[in-house]
Amino acid sequence: MESLEKILQQHPFIQGLAPEHVQLIVGCAKNAVFEAGKFLFQEDEEASEFYILRSGKVSLEIFTPEYGPVAIQTVGEGDILGWSWLIPPYVWRMDGRAIETTRAISLDGKCLRGKCEKDPKLGYELMKRLANVFEQRLNAMRLQLLDIYSIKVPDKK
Amino acid sequence: MDPMIPTQYKIQRVKKETQDVFTVELIPTEGERKFSFGAGQFNMLYIFGTGEIPISISGNPNKTGVLIHTTRTVGMVTKAMSKLKAGDTIGVRGPYGSTWPVKEAIGNDIVIIAGGIGLAPLRTAIYEILRERESYGRIAILYGTRTPDDILFKRELEKLKSRLDLDVQVTVDRAARTWNGNVGVVTTLIPRVRFDPKNTTAMICGPEIMMKYSISELMKSGLSAEKIFLSMERNMKCGIGFCGHCQYGTEFICKDGPIFKYERIKHLFGKREI
Repeated sequence: MESLEKILQQHPFIQGLAPEHVQLIVGCAKNAVFEAGKFLFQEDEEASEFYILRSGKVSLEIFTPEYGPVAIQTVGEGDILGWSWLIPPYVWRMDGRAIETTRAISLDGKCLRGKCEKDPKLGYELMKRLANVFEQRLNAMRLQLLDIYSIKVPDKK
Repeated sequence: MDPMIPTQYKIQRVKKETQDVFTVELIPTEGERKFSFGAGQFNMLYIFGTGEIPISISGNPNKTGVLIHTTRTVGMVTKAMSKLKAGDTIGVRGPYGSTWPVKEAIGNDIVIIAGGIGLAPLRTAIYEILRERESYGRIAILYGTRTPDDILFKRELEKLKSRLDLDVQVTVDRAARTWNGNVGVVTTLIPRVRFDPKNTTAMICGPEIMMKYSISELMKSGLSAEKIFLSMERNMKCGIGFCGHCQYGTEFICKDGPIFKYERIKHLFGKREI
């Protein structure tokens, strides 16, 4: 069986980090499995973890009183899931529900925040990598927002 | 034969694909004329008394007896066309335009990226490629549309998904919890696909903004502009490069396109004034 350290080292999110920083991250990591239908997290709960998904699929959903839960994105193998652990007040803004058996490495956000405060170099490295994830999600969300397949297009000026 | 004079075809069947997309199957009114076309080409379809519009051919290029077009009800002509029934007559000019590079791509991995109705012209390339499946490497078909109800050619996609020699991924922009498939824009599927960037041909068809983001994602993965092909759309009238309605910089979409190598049009692509 591969060690957590080895698995983490191979992931693009971690690749290139100094070995001592990988060690610090490994200290906050554990394996997690979620059966289909189980929630990884729910809206308004404390966001104490984030996940590196190894297999499976997770549906990110926002509950609306009118339509019930609306799926806004699906994440899967290789994706990084969650940044609410980094931003006060550290609560999840949506539900994360496994739609098939999902294996992940769960990283303790509180533990990592503490280590980042003590070691700003690690904090900056992680922040740069997370900024990439933010950028990808933001770009995808912008495209989604354009509703490009709709017949109704905004009036041209 | 005058390329501006349409040939009459009879509607054999009209099939509703989704709420606003339909497929028409056409057969010649006289004789057994076989209609040969290349994957990605289009015809000018004339709805008598209403008007003429360019529509991509969506049928199998190797089945020449029936001519198949899939389109969306968006304007006056497509609206009139959607109301036609079996036995009605339609005018056809074509086929026109360039083709998907299915022969050039032999030996390559293939990434097909379709958005919305863009799957219709790409279906012709899929038929061609799968006819000689063993001549290609890995094949990925990525399809994005608005909602689960808007998925085109659902049964065919399901069949393709069940094949072990294809990676078929479908995503929708929005869905209720009952949908167990993927949610998110089609570009988010690109990093999930395995292909050799030095030996891959990508074919893209969909809204221009979706193609722009797809190209950016493919190039991030190492694909060159030489290996990316896209289908462009502009207001085509004559279909043969005479009228100039579809001029795109130095190119005419109807004659030089609609399928272009990205390398050829990258200096024009996304330019606001063109």
